[in-house]
Amino acid sequence: MEAVVDELPVILGAFWLTVKLTVVSGVISLVWGIVLAAMRVSPLPVLRGAGALYVNVLRNTPLTLIIVFCGLGLGTVMNVQFSRDDLSLNSFWLSIIGLSAYTSAFVCEVVRSGINTVPLGQAEAARAIGLTFLQTLRLVILPQAVRTVIAPLGSLLNALVKNTTVAAAIGVMEAALRMKNLFDAHGDAIIPIFLGFAAGFVVLTLPMNLLSGRLARRLAVVR
Amino acid sequence: MTEISGSDPLVRLEGVNKHFGPLHVLRDIDLSVGRGEVVVVIGPSGSGKSTLCRVINRLETIDTGTIVFDGRELPAEGRALARLRSEVGMVFQSFNLFSHKTILENVTLGPTRVRKISRQQAEQRGMELLERVGIASQAGKYPAQLSGGQQQRAAIARALAMDPKMILFDEPTSALDPEMVQEVLDVMTGLAKDGMTMMVVTHEMGFARRAANRIVFMADGQIVEEGSPSEFFTQPSTERARDFLSKILTH
Repeated sequence: MEAVVDELPVILGAFWLTVKLTVVSGVISLVWGIVLAAMRVSPLPVLRGAGALYVNVLRNTPLTLIIVFCGLGLGTVMNVQFSRDDLSLNSFWLSIIGLSAYTSAFVCEVVRSGINTVPLGQAEAARAIGLTFLQTLRLVILPQAVRTVIAPLGSLLNALVKNTTVAAAIGVMEAALRMKNLFDAHGDAIIPIFLGFAAGFVVLTLPMNLLSGRLARRLAVVR
Repeated sequence: MTEISGSDPLVRLEGVNKHFGPLHVLRDIDLSVGRGEVVVVIGPSGSGKSTLCRVINRLETIDTGTIVFDGRELPAEGRALARLRSEVGMVFQSFNLFSHKTILENVTLGPTRVRKISRQQAEQRGMELLERVGIASQAGKYPAQLSGGQQQRAAIARALAMDPKMILFDEPTSALDPEMVQEVLDVMTGLAKDGMTMMVVTHEMGFARRAANRIVFMADGQIVEEGSPSEFFTQPSTERARDFLSKILTH
């Protein structure tokens, strides 16, 4: 227990990185996932095909592979750099790319299932007053679709918090990698350190689940 | 009744055909609707009435033929089609009010987003229209909080808010409880009196008699008979129409 207290600043710093990874890639995934969902319901076959291909490739590839590809493929081979001298900043953004690319595929499918719950008449009424396809989607369909899928989106965010640990694979010093390092430094306190980190993740995810459940009830569309 | 200009119809359908798979739902439809005219389309279910209504603002595409609205052929897609639809109001059987928006927001969405008029102006006009259809006191509620009759009147206000050149009514009272039918028909009768061009698909024969300039009788995807309400209801010229009327007017 002493080790946990002593290392508390280090542990909190690691979780702060976890939070940053979650928030940044969560926002990017939400936006990109909604764009993908719009592509998958668009009247243009090319966009529908591209959206379906993306989702099926990314959703069926292990996250570890995607993150390692971002680190080695994008970072080392293709030399994608976000900072010339700060290597940790570089791997931070490369892992954001991987996490967002992966999570957005799931967001797309959740949002698309939400779109399918909106009755066809809503889109017809929107078109009948002269809204364009994009306006119909943005003003009428998506607001209703997203409200019906807040709870599953909350689950995706929950999964994302835990998935950020995969960024450890390319050296991002988030909670899981920090925990492993602390094990090396405090071989006698593995269980307390482990429990400390586990509690940290629960503290992050539990309020999120409660919040998304409440939001889902509050914003539910009554028909 | 309002004056109808015969020379330049607002809508003209020529040789319109439409299939749903193997089903030939519209067969060689020729029909014109004059400005200010109220055309009521009746006929047995499955006769193509609703489809006829929906092809005019291209919610359904047609296979062959031409549809001219206000002197221009219907655009196939894109912004031109959206513009056309903004000029043709539509009232649906199932109301289709936007469930996540209040009644007033339902009425102002089109004017602010399509016509780009200011929110304040749109709300002022929206309240006037809700007043006109008798539900101003419900402006801040959501559709699900209103009765069917109130929802349908809100849907009529939503259509009117676009200042359409014509309104299509696709069985506007068929989903209503019987005691709410009259309040919707009253609003529609008012519109007809004010000179709105209307095409109404309905089973309400009382409304057809009272408000229509012309009755169009459809069966099996064809226009079987057209005429003034008095002609049609007292001495229909086809066997098919006589048969239909005998079934619906006896009880």
